[in-house]
Amino acid sequence: MENKGGWLHKFRQNRAVWPILALIIIFIVDAIISPGFFNVRIVEGRLFGNIIDIVYRAVPTALIAIGMAVVIGTKGIDLSVGSIVAICGAVIAWRINAGDPHIVVLIYALAVGVVCGAWNGFLVSVLGIQPIIATLILMVSGRGIGLLINLLYGGIDPSFESPLLQGMSTGSVFYIPTRIFVAAAVFIALWALIRRTALGLFVEAVGGNAAASNLAGVNARLIIFVAYIVCGITTACAGVIMTADTHTSDPVSVAVYSELDAILAVVIGGASLAGGRIYLGMTVLGALVIQALTTSILISGLPPEYNLMIKALVVLFVLFLQSENARATVKLIFKRDVQ
Amino acid sequence: MRFNKKYLPLIATVAVFLALFLIGGGMYRNFLSTMVLGNILADNSFIIIAAIGATFVILSGGIDLSVGSMIGFVGVCMAVLDSMGWHPIITAAVMILFGVAFGAAQGYVIDFCKIQPFIVTLAGLFLLRGLCFMVTLDSVPIRHDFVDFYSSIKIPLPGRGVIRSSAIVMLIALAVGIFISHFTRFGNNVYALGGDAESAQLMGVNTRRTTVQVYALAGFFSALAGVVYAMYTSSGYPLAGSTLELSAIAAVVLGGTLLTGGVGMVAGTLFGGMILGLISTLIIFDGSLNSAWIMIISGALLFAFIVLHKFLIGTFNLRGSS
Repeated sequence: MENKGGWLHKFRQNRAVWPILALIIIFIVDAIISPGFFNVRIVEGRLFGNIIDIVYRAVPTALIAIGMAVVIGTKGIDLSVGSIVAICGAVIAWRINAGDPHIVVLIYALAVGVVCGAWNGFLVSVLGIQPIIATLILMVSGRGIGLLINLLYGGIDPSFESPLLQGMSTGSVFYIPTRIFVAAAVFIALWALIRRTALGLFVEAVGGNAAASNLAGVNARLIIFVAYIVCGITTACAGVIMTADTHTSDPVSVAVYSELDAILAVVIGGASLAGGRIYLGMTVLGALVIQALTTSILISGLPPEYNLMIKALVVLFVLFLQSENARATVKLIFKRDVQ
Repeated sequence: MRFNKKYLPLIATVAVFLALFLIGGGMYRNFLSTMVLGNILADNSFIIIAAIGATFVILSGGIDLSVGSMIGFVGVCMAVLDSMGWHPIITAAVMILFGVAFGAAQGYVIDFCKIQPFIVTLAGLFLLRGLCFMVTLDSVPIRHDFVDFYSSIKIPLPGRGVIRSSAIVMLIALAVGIFISHFTRFGNNVYALGGDAESAQLMGVNTRRTTVQVYALAGFFSALAGVVYAMYTSSGYPLAGSTLELSAIAAVVLGGTLLTGGVGMVAGTLFGGMILGLISTLIIFDGSLNSAWIMIISGALLFAFIVLHKFLIGTFNLRGSS
């Protein structure tokens, strides 16, 4: 026990430990309750299996969550992501049925993300409105905008056919679902933007202390503005995948609670809502933990009603782990037991 | 007499409400009547009751997202316990006690763990909605003589309008809310906590007790809103009240309360909720518009109000800081 301060300490200090541990525990439980859990087979030129399924379904949440991680890094929050997905879906259905080339429609969808993000960024950085309330405006009205586009140009819940978009969402390349490549590309691009330029440093500086970073010569307003646009873009990517998955635009029920899942993924990833830190990789892990949990509940044969309950308990557990006060109390109880 | 500028946001809210009401009167016949007013009061009573609780939380600088799920949970419990033969008054009392306990627990976790209220009450939202699904997956009717009696209570207004029982409960809750916020020590503590938590603590406000009390009070009001909703619709449905927390927050903001805490009034929340109700009534009266417009106009109005507050605070120094 002489190296107590050595690898064990280092191991416990590593912030990737908790989410990975959570994931491992979930997988062990899965392996016990469902013996064929880790089986992967090839059906119709695509890999199938629970592990693939978890990654596949976690993609939209992960995409939204990495954008959310950047916004939370600035000490902000974006509640409007579900609405952005809804508007994206409506615009995609509208333009595809209007006969535009599908690649152009894809650009329109991303443009929706940029515009929505710029609106949120304008409210927060230029008008100086609190992020929760600023993004609440688009959250309240965004699904209405989606419905309106549908009613003007397509009818109720218009559907569409697009080999390109559906290929991106539900297709597969080299046995691997295409959306995983899409997500990986977006992740690498964002990672490069955050970690290979100074942007990430600026975002964390602004999130840590906006006034101080302003004095240090960082244009805090511009950084915050850009952060919301980044979140808008990654959310639009998720919107494309989610809309093409059902090839329908359904603004009322698409991506409900997605903002909560995304924020949860960021928090499980170890970032504080108080800002100042961006952990992109950890956020993706967080999204995987959430999806693994959901899939496990389905596999275990528990009624799906338990899903929300268990999610809530996991959130509370993670919160307790992150809280100094709670940890100190647990330590105290432990010490008493030992003595 | 010097005019107290803290009433400015309230006056703005009332002015917008009256303007919308008059616009409606100008556009549609029969709009400007006590019947429409009575209907708006009754239809939005549960939102306003929940929003009164949310006002206290927001005044204290926090936020409560568990409101909608609480309304759903109280509804399904009332319906299921009714089918098991419980009297509605007893279930209502039990559920309100549950609401207070649940709110207090949320407040305690927020203060003890020093976590943002947003995340804690988000867990509360998931937890209560999950519990709803565990209680029942179907819409369960509430059939009891007392419910019939409750919905038959009406106070006639001049004209053809009536104040229904839901509206009566709401107005009583409002009076209680106004009393607590302005005439009790707890009310002062809430304003102090929302204005500046650190200063409040230095001045001797027990922040933990106040936080727990604020969320317990919010739990009381959202459980009461759930009871009113269940009695009004005489049924319980596990998805009832979804996203209602947003309407409650919107009503509070439209009512002139600052989300940063410390500034605002419970009375404003009544008009904030009434404005939301008025928008949907106007759109239903029009007939050619649809629910999409309710969302868009609510959002636009929210935007207008937030900018207005920003302007009022900048011009009149409402927060009292430098």
